[in-house]
Amino acid sequence: MLSIKLAIKNLLGAGLRTFLNVFILSVAFVVIIMQNGFIQGWNKQAKVDVVEWQYGQGQYWHENYDPYDPFTFQDAHATIPEKLNAARQEGTVAPILVTQATVYPEGRLKSIVLKGIDPHQKTISIPTEKLVREGEDVPAILGSRMAMNIKANVGDYLLVRWRDANGMFDAKELKITGLFRTDVPTVDLGQVWIALEELQQMTGLDNEATMIVIKDQSHAEMDLASWEFQDLDELLYDMNQMIKSKSVGNAIMYLILLALALLAIFDTQVLSIFRRQKEIGTFIAMGMTRRQVIGVFTVEGTMHAVLSLIVGAIWGIPLLLQLKKTGLPMPEGYDQFGLPLGDSIIPAYSLGLVLISVVIVTVTTAIVSYLPARKITKMNPNDAIRGKIQ
Amino acid sequence: MENNTIIKTDNLVKRFPIGGGHFTALEDINLELNTGEFAGLVGPSGSGKTTMLNILGSLDNPSEGDANVLNTSIKSIGARRASQLRKKHIGFIFQTFNLMPVYTVFENVEFPLLLLKMSAAERRKAVLDALEWVGLTDKIKSKPKQLSGGESQRVAIARAMVKKPELVLADEPTANLDAENSHNILRTMEKLNEELNTTFLFATHDDKVIKYLKRIIYLEDGKVVRDEQVKK
Repeated sequence: MLSIKLAIKNLLGAGLRTFLNVFILSVAFVVIIMQNGFIQGWNKQAKVDVVEWQYGQGQYWHENYDPYDPFTFQDAHATIPEKLNAARQEGTVAPILVTQATVYPEGRLKSIVLKGIDPHQKTISIPTEKLVREGEDVPAILGSRMAMNIKANVGDYLLVRWRDANGMFDAKELKITGLFRTDVPTVDLGQVWIALEELQQMTGLDNEATMIVIKDQSHAEMDLASWEFQDLDELLYDMNQMIKSKSVGNAIMYLILLALALLAIFDTQVLSIFRRQKEIGTFIAMGMTRRQVIGVFTVEGTMHAVLSLIVGAIWGIPLLLQLKKTGLPMPEGYDQFGLPLGDSIIPAYSLGLVLISVVIVTVTTAIVSYLPARKITKMNPNDAIRGKIQ
Repeated sequence: MENNTIIKTDNLVKRFPIGGGHFTALEDINLELNTGEFAGLVGPSGSGKTTMLNILGSLDNPSEGDANVLNTSIKSIGARRASQLRKKHIGFIFQTFNLMPVYTVFENVEFPLLLLKMSAAERRKAVLDALEWVGLTDKIKSKPKQLSGGESQRVAIARAMVKKPELVLADEPTANLDAENSHNILRTMEKLNEELNTTFLFATHDDKVIKYLKRIIYLEDGKVVRDEQVKK
């Protein structure tokens, strides 16, 4: 108690110096929580989005299918298993046929992935109802990124060339009947969506698909010949790896921020111990043990963290809550990054995150306060009283 | 040691290492001080006055011999007992006052009582009494930087006296003061010595202090060359 009492008196007495240290530490503290909040918010949002727009609750892939190798597409197709017919009728599984193709927007040539999906599916969020054929034209939908890249709009015709099952080239004009906006670029960039039956006819692959997206777990892990089930853990593996690598980068930023703030406290403590050596000598002359004096200085340094929590709470909580409400708007062109990003990132704060930050900041502050305070044990009190220690 | 003997040294020697050899700051000091004395170690710079005071205040250890302070051997005292001895029984007054700059006068004087874990009410009474002894009750809220040198030293005296120690060790207490302030604080200490029977031991070479001493112990090159009672 005495240490805390003395520490508070000394900190208040030090005035502006204390305020600056506390303020810097509070900035580090709030920024650490904010940064982690954004990273967690982004991760959460990205996972929700890819599940809604792309992965569903898992996917069956044809055994030859490799999404990273377009040359596998030609052989990666098989008849849609009959076991899934009922679910297909309900729209709770969505077979997708994938093939390589080329489009010629405004006379240019662009390689794309042409995907066929059931217009009545209810499994993923792509607005496939716009693929229902109403006339002669074959309807197609594009993501907004793809539309921007090829300067296409609703109502435009798009010439597409593909190879059928026998390797023969064929071409057709598709009518763009809809554009969709998604945070998931992997269902958007370089892709054109048409109705599954259209693509099956165009390629001569009747009732065949490359992958089947499922909406609920009741259709998961079925034993289907030529099909391999990919659960969410496998599908999200790359994203989880990216989150991990982001977390490392984040931790480095975290450490830099904390190190800057702690350096200021360490420096203040070192300076304090030499500047206040007369005080230390006097404390000892009045009957304090060296351990008690070290305690006073360590508590005094650690109190910076406690005060920074209070100061950080005063200005940080309203700021963090406001950011939670409005989110952080993404800069122009963010949608070309190839990452699942929304228009703005809504931070996700958790009690665990705040508590961990509090503990880390407080413990590290205590350590950097204790390290210089240890020098007191080596002080000769007689020299300290006279301020003779260099 | 007799009952009213507060300090007794036996062939006290203090050496400091210098280069490959050592410097003898005190050599075979044999002294005895009784309770209530108002005595001074007098001598030129380097004669060993402060070293002697530091050993008696348990801030330093003798190289040879021993000093017995309040029935405690300084030679064999551990750090914990030394701090207890200083906390409860010894008051220090320094040449440079050594007040805590961020504390008020009241808080500076209160500090030794905090270490003794006295209650707030007891502390307040003791601090006000001590400030009354030194005539500074009107300055309790002032910070050290708002005080004159004389006032600062009076605060230091109040701080040393507030716990009513048996022994006060004052190292050149007037060195930073003008004549008038020196006389004021010496009169204050003299009064406290008479009223509370506190033993005062000064280290000084200031004539103004010497005039007030009732016993003068002359030191020269670490040896006691003369020890005389002064008749007033």
